Amino acid sequence: MPSTAGPNGSELSDGVVIRTDGLTKIYTTGTSEVRALNGIDFSVEQGEMIAIIGASGSGKSTLMNIIGCLDYPTSGTYHLDGIRVDGLNKNQLADIRNQKIGFVFQGFNLLARTQAIDNVELPLLYDRSGRKLDTRQMATEALQRVGLVDRLDHEPSELSGGEQQRVAIARALVTQPAILLADEPTGNLDSRTSVDVLALFQELNDAGITILLVTHERDIVRYAKRSVEMRDGRVIRDQPVSGRRSAAQDLKDLDERRAKREAEEASGKELEAVG
Amino acid sequence: MKASVLTRVATQSIAKNKMRTLLTMLGIIIGVGAVIVMVAIGEGAQSQIREQIENLGTNMLVITPGTSTQGGMSHGAGSYNRLKVDDAEKLSNEAVMLSAVSPVIMSFGQIIGGQGNWRAQTYGVAVSYQFIRDWPVSSGRFFDEADVRSMAKVVLIGKTVADNLFPDSDPVGQRLQLRNVPFQIIGVLAEKGQTAQGTDQDDVVLAPYTTVQTRLAGRQFIAQILASTFSPEDIPAAQEEIALIMREAHDLAQWEEDDFTVRNQADLAETAQGTTKVMTMLLAAIAGISLLVGGIGIMNIMLVSVTERTREIGIRMSIGARGSDVLTQFLVESTVLSAIGGAIGIGIGFGTARLLGQFTGWNTTISPLIVIIAIGFSASVGIFFGFYPARKAAQLNPIEALRYE
Repeated sequence: MPSTAGPNGSELSDGVVIRTDGLTKIYTTGTSEVRALNGIDFSVEQGEMIAIIGASGSGKSTLMNIIGCLDYPTSGTYHLDGIRVDGLNKNQLADIRNQKIGFVFQGFNLLARTQAIDNVELPLLYDRSGRKLDTRQMATEALQRVGLVDRLDHEPSELSGGEQQRVAIARALVTQPAILLADEPTGNLDSRTSVDVLALFQELNDAGITILLVTHERDIVRYAKRSVEMRDGRVIRDQPVSGRRSAAQDLKDLDERRAKREAEEASGKELEAVG
Repeated sequence: MKASVLTRVATQSIAKNKMRTLLTMLGIIIGVGAVIVMVAIGEGAQSQIREQIENLGTNMLVITPGTSTQGGMSHGAGSYNRLKVDDAEKLSNEAVMLSAVSPVIMSFGQIIGGQGNWRAQTYGVAVSYQFIRDWPVSSGRFFDEADVRSMAKVVLIGKTVADNLFPDSDPVGQRLQLRNVPFQIIGVLAEKGQTAQGTDQDDVVLAPYTTVQTRLAGRQFIAQILASTFSPEDIPAAQEEIALIMREAHDLAQWEEDDFTVRNQADLAETAQGTTKVMTMLLAAIAGISLLVGGIGIMNIMLVSVTERTREIGIRMSIGARGSDVLTQFLVESTVLSAIGGAIGIGIGFGTARLLGQFTGWNTTISPLIVIIAIGFSASVGIFFGFYPARKAAQLNPIEALRYE
């Protein structure tokens, strides 16, 4: 089983993957100031599956960008996997993104006209740790994990939305990051495929991978272990999810219901034909 | 990122857009191809001229009358002619550096004979003229010392004269008249072609200088003396020796300037080659402009490409690419583009130059230097014109790049 800690073994003894203290982000446009984040104290422990929920403008995307090391906080501290991240320079942040974070986006963000295996291999090509990696083998294993081992040489245009998102998840997993960040991962998918992708997330989480989902859909929260609700740059609610649903079970129910309906329709047609 | 991986990433993304790649490379292909063809033509012309100059006679020195100065005013070359047949004879007898010496007495006039008349230059020369000019006869014989001594009325005619006066018959043994003096044709000179300046060297009649001086020119002073050395290396020493002997012959005091000029073919070659060098440079400059335009084409495409691939850049950055990774990727892409374009351009340039040489008969010479320059230039075009777009790509903000539609 892969460790959820970074490859350098810089795992905190208390199993905290993310800790932010008084994180603020202020955007200045002209003379007006916008407080996108207003003192976020937030932590994620290893093995958690957290859903951050909020309307647009609540600051959840800004928080996601800072946690994902794509953006700097205006003030406050941020520790990721035992490393103090705020105050690092651009190149250091790039390396942190490469080693510690796996991104999954709403729009999949795969490289077009590039085979699945090449897409998944990509983060390993930017590895600067000097480790000797069998990048091809690792990419194949990651695709195997998301159930796409028979689609290695397919380009994104030849894959369904769900499959593309699975490739994106494989790409996020391939570096064995400390945390998987998913920004509206089901936003571009139909409801069945959404549940399917969530089932994959739950499966990965059960295997020990820490996952942080950002979403505005209340339905999705029910599949997480903990929900964090944001409004106006503050966390207004942070609680465990009661009555957590199993996406795999829901998928099964969904398919059974559909099969039943189709059977009924079929028999209905038969009746019509007889009548 | 390792170099091999970088190259793979770059070539992958080049291969993904075949049409765009081809169009981008086209500018460089044409540019490099044009440079090679133009320079090949220019250098070909240069070597042709070099050949022609050597054709004038190897190791040849030309002694012409000097200038005179009166009251500080120069009368120009040949204004003070004290060059005499005696000078040529003295040089022939005394100079050790010279293998052959011949006076050249010029006489211009109507030639009657064969099928009509013709106007051409008649040169009165010594027997050694044929060696100095390296000019064999195609039929008949050259006159000999006995002919010179006896002032024999014999001539050799050039190919042009022969073609015009005796188009159907062999001129050897026939007669012609120069200024109403009858001469016997004893030989026809081999075809020598044009000089670099376009003068027809075959439009000439050669006769013993003694005959020309007494029968035709009747002047004491002569136009030039030709001499040749044993080897090209002797030329500078021979020039000094000639000057020494000539000053003695002309009784010049220490303070007096030379009243003659000694030129060698190297000077002439230099002048002629200087002209073609200018032409080559001009051609190369024109071709260079097309190379520059090709480079700007690359920059244009790379800039468009950066905008078009903003999201790709965002993706790469989000998974850990540094700005420098993106910069190098784009630089490698544009360099690979222009290097491949350059290589194709060199191939096409070679082919075109060769074809041109075959169909037009022009001399084309492809020097390895120009190939190296073309490769270097096209690669640096890639780096130079790729840098600005690459830097633009590297400085993108990953969040905005990811959001870009």
